[in-house]
Amino acid sequence: MPSAPLLLSQAFNGLALGTLLALVSSGLTIILGTLGVLNFAHGALFMLGAYAMYVVATATGSYVLAVVVGAAFMLVVGVALERGLVRLFYARPHEDQILVTFGAGIVFTEVARAIFGGNALTVPTPSWGQGIVHLGFLFYPTYRLQLIGIIAALLFALYLVLYRTSIGLVVRAGIEDARMVGILGINVRRAFLGVFALGVVTAGVSGMLYAPIISVEPDMGSNFLVQAFVVIVIGGLGSFPGAVVGGLVAGEIIALTSAFNAAYSDVMLYAVMALLLVLRPQGLFGSEGRV
Amino acid sequence: MTAPLLEIERINSFYGDSHILFDVSLNVGRNEVVALLGRNGAGKTTTLRTIMGVLAPRSGSIRLDGEPIQGRPPFEIARRGLQLVPEERAIFGQLTVEENLRLAALTAPSAWTLDRIYEFFPRLRERRRSGGRQLSGGEQQMLAIARALIRDARVILLDEPFEGLAPLIVRDLVRVSRELAEQGRTILVVEQNVTAALSFADRVYILNNGHVVWEGTPESLRADPALMKAHLGI
Ligand SMILES: Nc1ncnc2c1ncn2[C@@H]1O[C@H](COP(=O)(O)OP(=O)(O)OP(=O)(O)O)[C@@H](O)[C@H]1O
Ligand SMILES: [Mg+2]
Repeated sequence: MPSAPLLLSQAFNGLALGTLLALVSSGLTIILGTLGVLNFAHGALFMLGAYAMYVVATATGSYVLAVVVGAAFMLVVGVALERGLVRLFYARPHEDQILVTFGAGIVFTEVARAIFGGNALTVPTPSWGQGIVHLGFLFYPTYRLQLIGIIAALLFALYLVLYRTSIGLVVRAGIEDARMVGILGINVRRAFLGVFALGVVTAGVSGMLYAPIISVEPDMGSNFLVQAFVVIVIGGLGSFPGAVVGGLVAGEIIALTSAFNAAYSDVMLYAVMALLLVLRPQGLFGSEGRV
Repeated sequence: MTAPLLEIERINSFYGDSHILFDVSLNVGRNEVVALLGRNGAGKTTTLRTIMGVLAPRSGSIRLDGEPIQGRPPFEIARRGLQLVPEERAIFGQLTVEENLRLAALTAPSAWTLDRIYEFFPRLRERRRSGGRQLSGGEQQMLAIARALIRDARVILLDEPFEGLAPLIVRDLVRVSRELAEQGRTILVVEQNVTAALSFADRVYILNNGHVVWEGTPESLRADPALMKAHLGI
């Protein structure tokens, strides 16, 4: 039986991983819900964000600048990917969409490998995030703690965009019935571009924020891609609240299982997903019958 | 004489290889209410979908105020002032009543205020914070019509607005439809409930197997039981 401090510290790790998974998965689920495309390049886009962070942060030494420039870079990547590739596949079968986004992910990964090599790179923790905080009975790395707050703020910003703006109104309506949105005079294609780019930026920014606490390497995204799939299945496909709650649940499952035996953390995650699929096939927040 | 507001000339529409509309022509004048009647599967919904641009006609022309609109995407056609209220109503169940209305108003050049809509449909004001999926069938239909009104659509295409509703609610909606007709709204309405449709239509077309087989006034249709029986099964 693990000690209480270890469990507590793992619960914190679970929260940190959970908020990150929530952010990564919300990008994936918004794209899936609105566009009907399961974006298999999502993990590679996470990785691209981490490399963007590495490049700008090492060149300028500024974390904030790196995030801003990196986000702008991801926006360009997102727009180019939608315009140049993904939009040609909206009307195609899901298998084709999966193949083409999976292929795009491989291209991104191999380009990163060609430029930066296969070795793990490190991104320094920002100066204001160094050290360790004493939380009463627990010592916890400062940046990890700050990260929970930063990501929570970003999730809240995403919530505001989705639930308090016209753009969000269009996105939420598009998740339900994109054709009717068009009949009501809205250029759905343009809205799709915005949604896809938003999803890509979300993936990229997740990679940027996580870069200081993970080794940056070309294949780093694949693990997150798989976990994000599980999260959106748990939360309900296409549901933003589902991605947030599912992310937190998944983060805790992984971290707490690791306290007992790290080898079983992913297995436990799949087991919970399988159980949920039996009890509630549409996921925690999904509506029945939505594709 | 000025040209009709909506002019449909010899359109042919297909679903894949199956030919559904055959040289369908019909006109709707400014401030006119036109009923499009016909049996199940006659092609009424297909006609409205083709006008709205959901389905592109393979040939023929559709003009709104003299401007061709066939082949344009639905969002452009909507911005020119045409609005389909679909048979399945297509209310956004996850959005509230008010959000459904605000969404509809987003791209309308001269949208009504919410207040004006709520004066027209007091029931929707009471339900404005309810999610679309919590509405009754009648309320959903009101909201579907309200979304067209808030856009101040020049032509409203109503697909079976009374379908599946209780008689009392149908009476309410017929009253609303008459009110709209009296206000001079231009409406093309498809209905199975012939009596209800005839009570506010100025002119009637009958569609049979994708062909327009008759055109006339409600009076002449009512006066011709044989015609009603032949094409509408009444
Ligand atoms: N999506 C579709 N794909 C293929 N065929 C279709 C499709 N929708 C309708 N049809 C066919 O087209 C014909 C006309 O259908 P339409 O829906 O226009 O009829 P309708 O007059 O509106 O009938 P109803 O009164 O039942 O609503 C029917 O034979 C129908 O089976
Ligand atoms: Mg129909």
